[in-house]
Amino acid sequence: MMPDLGKYGAEVLSAYGATIALLAVLVWASWVRARRVRAALEEAEARRKDAEG
Amino acid sequence: MSIWEYANPRRFMGWSAPLVPLFSALAALLIALGLVWGFFFTPEDYRMGSTVKIIYIHVPSAMMAINIWVMMLVASLIWLVRRHHVSALAAKAAAPIGVVMTLIALITGAIWGQPMWGTWWAWDPRLTSFLILFLFYLGYMALWAAIEDPDTAADLTGMLCLVGSVFAVLSRYAVNFWNQGLHQGATLSLDAEENISDVFWLPLLVCMAGFGVLFAALVLLRTRTEIRLRRLHVLEARDRTGRKGSGEG
Amino acid sequence: MSALLLRDLKLAVRAGGGFGLGLAFFLIVTVLVPFGVGPDSGLLARIAPGILWVGALLACLLSLDRIFQLDWEDGSLELLATAPIPMEGVVLMKALAHWLSSALPLVLAAPVLGVLLNLPTAGYGWLMLSLALGTPALSMIGTFGAALTVGLKRGGLLLSLLVLPLYVPTLIFGTEAARRGAEGLANATPLLMLAGITAGVTALLPFAAAAVIRVNLR
Repeated sequence: MMPDLGKYGAEVLSAYGATIALLAVLVWASWVRARRVRAALEEAEARRKDAEG
Repeated sequence: MSIWEYANPRRFMGWSAPLVPLFSALAALLIALGLVWGFFFTPEDYRMGSTVKIIYIHVPSAMMAINIWVMMLVASLIWLVRRHHVSALAAKAAAPIGVVMTLIALITGAIWGQPMWGTWWAWDPRLTSFLILFLFYLGYMALWAAIEDPDTAADLTGMLCLVGSVFAVLSRYAVNFWNQGLHQGATLSLDAEENISDVFWLPLLVCMAGFGVLFAALVLLRTRTEIRLRRLHVLEARDRTGRKGSGEG
Repeated sequence: MSALLLRDLKLAVRAGGGFGLGLAFFLIVTVLVPFGVGPDSGLLARIAPGILWVGALLACLLSLDRIFQLDWEDGSLELLATAPIPMEGVVLMKALAHWLSSALPLVLAAPVLGVLLNLPTAGYGWLMLSLALGTPALSMIGTFGAALTVGLKRGGLLLSLLVLPLYVPTLIFGTEAARRGAEGLANATPLLMLAGITAGVTALLPFAAAAVIRVNLR
């Protein structure tokens, strides 16, 4: 399945590996932060409503 | 209704909500398609062997590294002139994505160059320019982080982006001048100017599109987070001072 | 405006000002390099213009955060903002004061330090010329950076991170002018580019820096 990468196998694979890893970290970090901030905001909004009501 | 109506934070949250999952799915599809196609189903280059496959990650990331900075420049200008908060926050949101793209371009560029030049890093004008761009991104992000007041931060980082852009272009010329004597013509990039046959070009196009859509998804997601974060800080400030009340932040 | 300039110069030369510190730093860096790369005079002669340029650049960097700091802390900056001089003029004078007190001494000291690094005879004049042409740009760019970070308590490191990438074109053309001159090659192009950068930066950055100061004073 893996194509014959010849003598540059390590280079090609490490390039792809590094790229996928970095993109994965970026996406994951963005996602986690988004969720966390959203939860904190909802909690703060709820507190505000309680305080007013 | 002018286009600027869409820049209002509430409206932005409204129209961006369905786009994030849509773009994410589209990006995943395009990137998977492009990379699989490029990695498994394209031939080797007679000069570079299988390392030519790095083109499918190096070129899209390098393009995005530059395009994201340009987007930040435009967004900063819109903030400085028209004071649309969403614009300032979008620039802030884009920077980390740009950093990662620049980093990918640098790493893949260095790896690609290694078999050609026999060294892990060479002060090739392209790579050097990307290194400088990396530093610009870092400085921009550091300035955002250092300043408390969000509007002041937006103004100062906007000015930095403006001035930085001029110097980034200037640096490009300076670095080319600096590296004149060496490696003439042996630069890394497989430009579109060279005759890339369709065999390489089509999956490359798909990858470039995939990276672009990925950026769109991420920047929308991150901008939404920034908007929420701002609102959160306003509420927390109100909690601290004990004031209760409704109203916009 | 000249009153402002004289005042800043006096402040800089007084104890605690950047004046002596920058020079000492320049000397130290120049002395450290041979320890780092070995005493081979051929090698040193080749890298001397570059080392001297980098040393001068870093020494300039040291005194940048002083440009606005004192005035910021005691409120004089706000007063200056309301004075009849436009803020752009204030910024320009401050950059000039920095250049006269911090950078010019480096330009004058460079030939002396060049002796330590075996700078070729032909290189002395070109080194001084390139530094004289390029250091005003360093001062002006540094003033812009100082304006950005003026409100921050420990902005020094951030200031360096912001300013050093902006310094790269000046450094490249300055070093190329000095190096090519030292090797007897044609160096009109980098010299012209250097002069161009200084001219452009002096004409345009005061506006950017003034805008930034106004933002910080809000």
